[in-house]
Amino acid sequence: MTPPPFTTVSGPAAPMPEDNIDTDIIFPARFLLITAREGLGRYAFHDRRFDADGAEVADHILNRAPFRKAPILIAGANFGSGSSREQAVWALLGMGVRCVIAPSFGEIFHGNCLRNGILPITLPPAMVEMLMADAARGIAATVDLPAQSLTFEGREAIPFDIAPERKEALIHGWDETAQILNRFAGPIAQFEAAQRATQPWLYSKESAA
Amino acid sequence: MARALTLYEKLWQSHVVADLGEGEALLYIDRQILHEVSSPQAFVALREAGRQLRRRETHYAVADHAVPTRSPHADKHRHGAVADPQASAQIAELEANVQAFGVPYADLDGPEQGIVHVIGPESGFTLPGTTIVCGDSHTTTHGAFGALAFGIGASEQGTVMAAQCLRQSRMKTMRIDLTGQRHPLIAAKDIALAIIATIGAHGAAGHAVEFTGPVVRAMSMAERMTLCNMMIEAGSRIGLVAPDATTYAYLKGRRLAPAGALWDRAVAHWETLASDADALYDKLLTFAVGSLAPQVSWGTTPDQTLPIDTPLPDPGTLGDPAARRQLEKALAYMDLAPGQTMAGVPIARVFIGSCTNGRIEDLRAAAAVAYGRQVAPGVQALVVPGSAATRAQAEAEGLDRIFLKAGFEWRLAGCSMCVAMNDDRLAPGERCASTSNRNFEGRQGPGGRTHLMSPAMAAAAAVTGHITDVRTLPA
Repeated sequence: MTPPPFTTVSGPAAPMPEDNIDTDIIFPARFLLITAREGLGRYAFHDRRFDADGAEVADHILNRAPFRKAPILIAGANFGSGSSREQAVWALLGMGVRCVIAPSFGEIFHGNCLRNGILPITLPPAMVEMLMADAARGIAATVDLPAQSLTFEGREAIPFDIAPERKEALIHGWDETAQILNRFAGPIAQFEAAQRATQPWLYSKESAA
Repeated sequence: MARALTLYEKLWQSHVVADLGEGEALLYIDRQILHEVSSPQAFVALREAGRQLRRRETHYAVADHAVPTRSPHADKHRHGAVADPQASAQIAELEANVQAFGVPYADLDGPEQGIVHVIGPESGFTLPGTTIVCGDSHTTTHGAFGALAFGIGASEQGTVMAAQCLRQSRMKTMRIDLTGQRHPLIAAKDIALAIIATIGAHGAAGHAVEFTGPVVRAMSMAERMTLCNMMIEAGSRIGLVAPDATTYAYLKGRRLAPAGALWDRAVAHWETLASDADALYDKLLTFAVGSLAPQVSWGTTPDQTLPIDTPLPDPGTLGDPAARRQLEKALAYMDLAPGQTMAGVPIARVFIGSCTNGRIEDLRAAAAVAYGRQVAPGVQALVVPGSAATRAQAEAEGLDRIFLKAGFEWRLAGCSMCVAMNDDRLAPGERCASTSNRNFEGRQGPGGRTHLMSPAMAAAAAVTGHITDVRTLPA
């Protein structure tokens, strides 16, 4: 499963000025019964975007122009906390989101983003607050991953951090499993041989059930 | 002499396959638990890439999240009796996958079915010194055994299946020293909630949390699991307790635990895992449990928790408009007012169970409160054992009869009302006293209102019809 490559992304940034937007809010649990990973965009933020009858909640940010198809979200601290469900990321991807900006992220969600072609950008809270105000006015932003810069129109470019290997993987849309199998087959086998010698009980059961 | 190491550092170092620089490593994964909801896409990825499981015996699969906790049949079997077609299809897909790839499976109607984080320890699949992953954030639970255990996404599950490894960043370390003498009715859940309320829902982010001190040493494995389980609610993927005699006594004789000479070798290894006396942590916290009152969450994040008699915060006193808005929003969603206390708030539903509090010790604590009392009129109270084995044990002890006589429902094992994706859900606006782990908006059903608490507290709410300090129940 190769993620879509990421180089630059431009467009409106939907502001979500709220801390602790958890993955149950991003993707309510009952939709986890769907086993497909495509077509989940309609369930993103479902219980906030739609009322009990399935009608759009008019004042939800993602139901308003110009944010309906915003490729960027800008949110409060601890975005994506809670459940490990990767559907939260697939749903964002499904509605066209490629970048999330926040002061901090739930750690499992953060890793899930990187493995699916979504760039999580961590910036200081005061910076996020300032950019959130721009975003709310509909000012578009450009994310340039090779240059590691984020530019809201009319502002100077803001640099952001990302680990070099993560950056390369995102730019090329690499599949992590294939990378590991290609690069580390030897060391994995060596590790297993050594562990089998020192901790044989981890290898003594042929079958758990 | 080698540098003094923490338990986390020992577990990390002993699983590094390759150092990737910048604090990252390729980490060997010893064990993976799979469930029906987060594994389908991992199997799809495996198939599409034409890959096989590298070591199928290192996986263990079970259906827990989507399963109903009732059966229409007299013998209580659930196979072929799952009414929700999507849930039924999801369970069938898991069964087809485990068959195709030869993954060991705890059958839905078998003696080992149950919640991933309950059956791992019960079967002896969970062992000290191992790395354990699962597509579930509460995998923190297994850290109670001195295992490096953490929740992962579906993509990573596929990676573990094919490569038995994951790329991981090394965490910082945080030690929480638990001291003092707690009231006998103050549970591990109260301690966990109080810690989360103190450090915040993101307070342990980036850190592997190790619990130390006399309070932890005196805890049962069930209590240690509750503590570690809840650390994800403080933002940490990893909770840890060093293994000791309590750990070994729990594990010895379990089906998948080493036996004979291998047991002795394993224990000798596990004895080396404890943090060195002079090991350094990035953060140190001491938490006194002596004066702790029962904790109840009032809001929509687990850190919005207070002692039962403490008045709820007033948004009017907050200067920061964003913080004020968030507090107002939480109070409005929960239909609570500033200044009121949680004591006396009426509840409609009670849920006793989950990977946090669905073990035999939890059921005993709840049964002790239920004994000789009656569920209040208008309240529906569910007791859902964490596993079939726990259920059988409880029945052998007569706990089911205590619950049934008191008017509780005695259900089959599963995640049940902790996660609103099976038949057990709250209706919009319903208020629930729950032993689960998350009070998020809609977590127990769209519009549902969750109050997290200990099993004894949830049972006390069931018999009084409102949130009640279990210490004050008349004998």
